[in-house]
This record gives sequence, C-alpha cells and structure tokens, in this order.
Amino acid sequence: MHSENVDSFDAWRTAARRLLVANVSPSDVQWTDDAVQPTLFDSDATPNVKAAPFSVPKTFLELAQEVACHRDSKRWSLLYRTLWRLKNGEPDLLKITTDDDVYILHRMQKAVSRDVHKMKAFVRFRKVSQIGEAENYVAWHRPDHRIVHLTAPFFARRFKGMNWSILTPDESVTWDQDSLRYGPGVSASEAPDDDALEELWKTYYASIFNPARVKVAMMKREMPVRHWPTLPEASLIPDLLHQASARVATMIDKYEGFAETATNYMPETIDLESLRHAAQRCRACDLCHHATQTVFGDGPANARIVLVGEQPGDREDIEGHPFVGPAGQLLNDALSQAGIDRSQIYITNIVKHFKFTEQETTQTDVRGKRRIHQKPNSREIYACRPWLEAELSVIKPDSLVCLGSTPAQALFGRDFRISKDRGTFIATDWCERTMATWHPAAILRMPDEHRQAQMRDQLVADLSSL
Amino acid sequence: MNVQEKLAILADAAKYDASCASSGSKSTRSGSKIGSTEGMGICHSYTPDGRCVSLLKILLTNYCIYDCQYCVNRISSDTPRARFTVDEVVSLTMEFYKRNYIEGLFLSSGIIQNSDYTMEQLIAVAKQLRVNEHYGGYIHLKTIPNAAQALIEEAGRWADRLSVNIELPTEHDLQRLAPEKKKPQIVDAMQGIRSKIDETKSERKAGFKAPRFAPAGQSTQMIVGATETPDLEILKTASELYIGQKLRRVYYSAYSPIPHADARLPGQSPPLVREHRLYQADWLMRFYGFDANEIVADSDQNLSLDMDPKFAWALANRHFFPVDINKASREELLRIPGIGARNVGRILSIRRYKALRSSDLRKLRVAWNRAKCFVITADSNPNLENLDKTDLKSKASPKSRQLMLFDTASSALSGEV
Repeated sequence: MHSENVDSFDAWRTAARRLLVANVSPSDVQWTDDAVQPTLFDSDATPNVKAAPFSVPKTFLELAQEVACHRDSKRWSLLYRTLWRLKNGEPDLLKITTDDDVYILHRMQKAVSRDVHKMKAFVRFRKVSQIGEAENYVAWHRPDHRIVHLTAPFFARRFKGMNWSILTPDESVTWDQDSLRYGPGVSASEAPDDDALEELWKTYYASIFNPARVKVAMMKREMPVRHWPTLPEASLIPDLLHQASARVATMIDKYEGFAETATNYMPETIDLESLRHAAQRCRACDLCHHATQTVFGDGPANARIVLVGEQPGDREDIEGHPFVGPAGQLLNDALSQAGIDRSQIYITNIVKHFKFTEQETTQTDVRGKRRIHQKPNSREIYACRPWLEAELSVIKPDSLVCLGSTPAQALFGRDFRISKDRGTFIATDWCERTMATWHPAAILRMPDEHRQAQMRDQLVADLSSL
Repeated sequence: MNVQEKLAILADAAKYDASCASSGSKSTRSGSKIGSTEGMGICHSYTPDGRCVSLLKILLTNYCIYDCQYCVNRISSDTPRARFTVDEVVSLTMEFYKRNYIEGLFLSSGIIQNSDYTMEQLIAVAKQLRVNEHYGGYIHLKTIPNAAQALIEEAGRWADRLSVNIELPTEHDLQRLAPEKKKPQIVDAMQGIRSKIDETKSERKAGFKAPRFAPAGQSTQMIVGATETPDLEILKTASELYIGQKLRRVYYSAYSPIPHADARLPGQSPPLVREHRLYQADWLMRFYGFDANEIVADSDQNLSLDMDPKFAWALANRHFFPVDINKASREELLRIPGIGARNVGRILSIRRYKALRSSDLRKLRVAWNRAKCFVITADSNPNLENLDKTDLKSKASPKSRQLMLFDTASSALSGEV
C-alpha cells in the first residue's frame, strides 16, 4: 500500500505522475490531505522511477485543478482513479458524464465553480485607509472550498488600480497593483470595520426592491444565508419583508386621474351639431365642475382651415364661444391682415373647458375674485382630445394650425419646440399640412415691445402662408 | 437634496426595468484601471423579490416631459422628483464598483428639455467613466426615444449595451397607453443601432481597428399584462425583433401596480407565472427551433399557465413521440419535454460511446417525471404506455407546488425548460 499526503494540485500532480509511471493501481494508493495524519501502517515507500513523459487530455487537467480545491478528502483518490482509467483503456471516459467517477468529479467541479462564482459576487471590500493617492481595501470572506488561488487572478484583473487584500479562514491574498501575494488564513475577528459608504449601498438595496413581488426562497437559493454575515445589505432583509405587503397596499390605493376620456360621451351620429350638443354633457375630466359651460369649436363644416388653441379663457367661458376675448381680438386682426375671413374657417381649442384658479383681486375699484388662467395638464388634454379628433374627422381640413405650445405638443409630441419649428408644415395623423405658431395670448403677455411686434408679424406671416 | 435622498428616489424609479444582464462583453477595454468585463455577468446580491442586483440601476432623473400611463415617472404623476448630476452618478458608480457591490452601471432617464439633451447627459456619464476614471466595467445605456443617430453612435462607443424599450407589444397598446411613443420610431432606433453594430463587426472582420460599438449588443423590454394583448402577439413581436433587429434579449416585465397609477391600468399584477411562461416560450423560439405559432396552442392565444409551453406542445403533438434517445436527431431531442438544450448536447456526446438507459437520463438530471412518457431508452420504459392515455397531463405534470419553484428571475437567466 502506497501512502501519499498532498495538500495542493501541484503536489498531487507530481505524486500521481510518479505513481502512474510506476504502474501503481488506484486500489494500492491511500491518499490523505494535509489535515489528516498518515496511517501507522505506512508500508512501501513510493517507487522512485524516472518519470517518462505521458499526456492526459487538457479537459482532465482543468477538471482536476478545480476539483483539487474541493474540501472533500476523497478528491485525490478519485482523481487518481480517473487518471488511471484514462490511461488504461478508457481514453474517452470524461465524455461519458453518466459514469459514476466522472459524475462525482463533475459534481465536485460544479460545487467549486459555484463557490468561485459566489466569491466573485459576495466579496465586499471596505476602504481602510488612504495614504496619498493609493486606496486600500480589505475584505473578509468565507468560501466553502479552498478557492483563493482560483479567484485571486480575477480580482487582480478587475481591481488592477487598487491595493486590496482578501482574507479567508484558510488563506489570504494581497494585491499591490503589481503582483499577488498569498498568506495564511485569518479569523473573522480580523475583518475590517464598517465603511461609511455602506449606508448608501443599503439605501440603494432597499430602494431597488419591488415589494409587489416577494420571492424569498429564490433569494436564499441564490444568496445562501451563510454568506449574509459579510454582506452589509443583508441586515435589511427582515424589515423589507415585514413592510412589503403594507407597501403594496398603499401603492394600489393610490390611484390618480380618471378612467375615462371623451370617447365615452360621443354621440351616435357624428356631425358638428351632434358633437357640440354631446360635448355639453362631457364629464371625462374634473374641469367641467368649475367651468360655466363647454366651449365648443365655431365655424362651418366645410372650412378648409382649422385653428386650435389651448382652452377657453374667462370671457369665452361666459359667452360660450372660442377666441372672443382680448386674444380673440388680436387673432381677428392678424387674420384680416393675412387676408383670411374668420367666418370661413373653423376655430376651436384642444381643451374645451376653462381651467382657472381664483384669486382675491388687488385692484381697489373691482370687488370679488379674479379667475386666473391655468395651463391644462396632460391628463386633461388626453381626456378631451377625442372631441378635437372628432371635429377634425368631420371637417377634414387642408391646413391645421396649432396656436401655442399646448396644442402643438399635443399633436406633434412632447419634443416639439415652438421657438424652433414655428411656421413649418409637418404631416400629422390629422392633417397633411399641420403647423404651429404663436398663441395670440402669448403675444399679449410678451413684456418686450419690440419682441411683441416681431411675434405679431410672425403670426401674420404664418397665417398668410396658409 | 443630498445624494442619499436622490439615490432613494432614482433607484426606486428604475426598479420597474427588468433588464439586469451584465454579460456579453467578452474582453475588458484596454487601458482600464478599475473594472473588467469577461463575458459572464455576476449577480452581486439578491433582493427579497428574488431578483438579482447586478448593476447600479438608476435614472439620471425622473423628471419627464412624457406621459406614458404605465410609467410612474410620467409628467402627470405626483411621484417625488430628483435629478443627479453627471459627477454624482460617476462617483456613485466608482465607489460601489470598488467595493465589489456591483458589476456595472445601468443608466436610464426621464426626458428633460428634449430627447437630444437627455441623451447627451447619459453619454457624458459614460464618457467620463471611461476617459477620466479609466473604468472598464459594464455600462448599459438606455437610449432615449427620438434622440439623434449621431448621439446613439457616440453612446455605443462608451457603452457595452444599448437598449430601446419597445414598451408594449403592439402599436395599438402604445396608442392607448403611451400616445407619444410610436412603434415605427422605436423600431427605427433599433435599426440604427443594429446597422452600426453590423458595420463595426464587418470592419473588424476586414482587419480595421474600428472603435468598439456596443459589444454586448442591444436588448429591449416589453411590459406584459398592462393591456389585453395575448401571448401570441407578444411572442410574434419578440420574434420579429430577434430576427429583424438581432436583439440579444427581449425582457418581459409583468406589469406591476405602480404608485400614483393611472386609473385605466389594472390594479393587479398578472400572475408572475405568465412572465415565466413567456421566458420559457422565448427560449423555445431562440434555442429549440420552435415557432411562435406552434407554441401557443390555446384558442385564446395565451400560453397555458399550469404547464410549461414545451410540455403543452408535446401533449398536443403526441404523434411526434416517442423519441428514441439513442437515435433521434438533435432537433427531435430538443422537442422532448423535460430535457434542456444542455442535456441534449450531453446526450449526443455520451451516446457515441454507450447506449443511454433511463437511469442515465436521471443522472443527467433531466425532468424525468415529464420526459418519461415520451422517450425510448436502451432499457424498456414502462411509462411509454401512458403516451396515448387521456390523463397523460396529470401523470406527467409536476405538482403545482413544484411549479412555483421555477422562478421568473432564474428563467430570465437560464430559460431551460
């Protein structure tokens, strides 16, 4: 009986090579690990034969190197038996993955490579000191197998520009931005202290968790509980789980907006008269509760031009017609300068109710409250848009003009910038020739007189191009 | 607002994006000091939702001018808002990476000002990481809809992967829930990335030293269950993208209720198992030679929830079986329920040396309970007599408890069925 005590892959390889050349059968070798004492009945000294060269498949060497890191002391004899069989009439043995020896070797290899993978994942460096430019990082990790040699090169490639050490109970390794040095293992008590950055990391971990899906078994399978002590984020898990169901309930409770659009209020037959009538009863958004009335579009069904504003203002809300206030006056002037007869075109708004806030008036001669225009939000625009679409489907205009950015962004998309693309015809789903120009109210609000005149000219020019 | 508060808001806002892969870049960029990409991605942690934490997945900002109804960041939502500076994202990425918390950065953003401006900000982060920090780790940038092609090309220089979200499976779904996004524009953006990837590849093949362009390819995400669209339509869309745009991955994200949700959206998530079935079906299309039309057999055009799609196909196509493990072609072996692509490779390799018996299959850890009624092995297989029985489904299906052990997160990674 031969006895071999080896503690590393290289030692095993040397011994195995010697034994194989001496033709020693696997059943005649007793392999022990450094931790295990050699048996008292140590008999034959290993024959010292000059090793003749022989080759083994590369896949076997790779397999053996990984299996060598496994903790199971049976690994050395299993490897030797497999080597023996490979060289004694079973050259394709490794391809028969259902063979008992090959099967166990593969299981061991899988356990080791999983452990390597988990070490790459779960090592957590802590910054310990900073001397000048160089940063020093230390991690304490407890792998299942003796894999420090297998994984250290990976960390050296990944953290090339850092000084770091990884400490494990069996072995430790240090990188000084030039070479790897291996040392003895250290106990958990030598693990580095907390790193201030861990608070940020925990914040991230807690925020990325979606309480609407809880899969604890899955988490534990992939992140085994035995690694949790060295993972700063793991301390949060009990609390996150505890709060999950309550968080989901609040999420579901917190609805916003409204479920319907103007589509629910459409008349059966679609013409301008039936639409105007039906729109008076529209409750698709909340604006109807405060406004005086629905202000529908004005103009003939055979109009070739349609102008779309944002929403009715204070005067429009009271009178029930679009563009009848100060902005409407400016629009009328611009239209006549452009040679367009207002009675021949169709004028409407993207939102058909007036949206406002009330403010105590500061003027001494007027009593009561003033209604201040508020921009409609996208929800309200979305809810109201079917009315405009219905109007356009009846009229089928040759040209469609958006007055101001609200209708322009609703029809061209959010990216649209009126300052950039004003006056340009662009095809949209509603009209081949769609264009945006200034809203008359924007011109009225422009404080700079020179700029105001310029905008007014541009409005006229744009209308003239129709 | 400090970085920690911003991080809480902007990580929270990013968690609905399912994509987590950090694989695909086969070599580390030369000149890197911190960070590497060596093909396989690493999951550095797992959250109690069973999903992995691989990348620092954040939004640059959750301010957005768009109003997509399924999105918590749409302009009309009351969700709290924040915005990182470019430097803050760069520093967070480096500090997390150096402590081995993460495998890289996944950066997306709400749209501020306009598409091009937003895209420029994302590029600035990636460029600063590469150039100033000599960072060689993984970067995934989400491209912004409608951003200029020149910007997409620059993004691809610094990023490992680019993605454009298809968001919803059909044009009609987009119209309903994301009226400002248009399918042709989304597909155009993918097309732009694809042609640039192809161009870089062919230049490199011809021996030119073309700069890197998105070496880990492009992916996309589809939200499932926010609309009524059946699985067949979803899989057809995915199939179009795999073939037409050569996407590396299509992620299916089960719609999950969001805070500040729009009332038109369902308040309940679709069963997570549906997401899982879609991943299985996706795998069948990519690695098992199945066609979308073959996989979805039910008349309602949805995948069966109580069994995996390969098993469902086998039940509906019993004339195809039994398959002889020791004689059948790879294509035939791939169709056996319970035997995955990797095991098919092993079977083909082993049977050159010995005939496989049912005990060998069990050693290979095939799902024997499912496979047993469909295969001929070297020994006699008594289960075969069940093949024509009407209760085959109950004889061969896994217990429902086991079914839940299969998990979406793992199927997104392996998809073995």
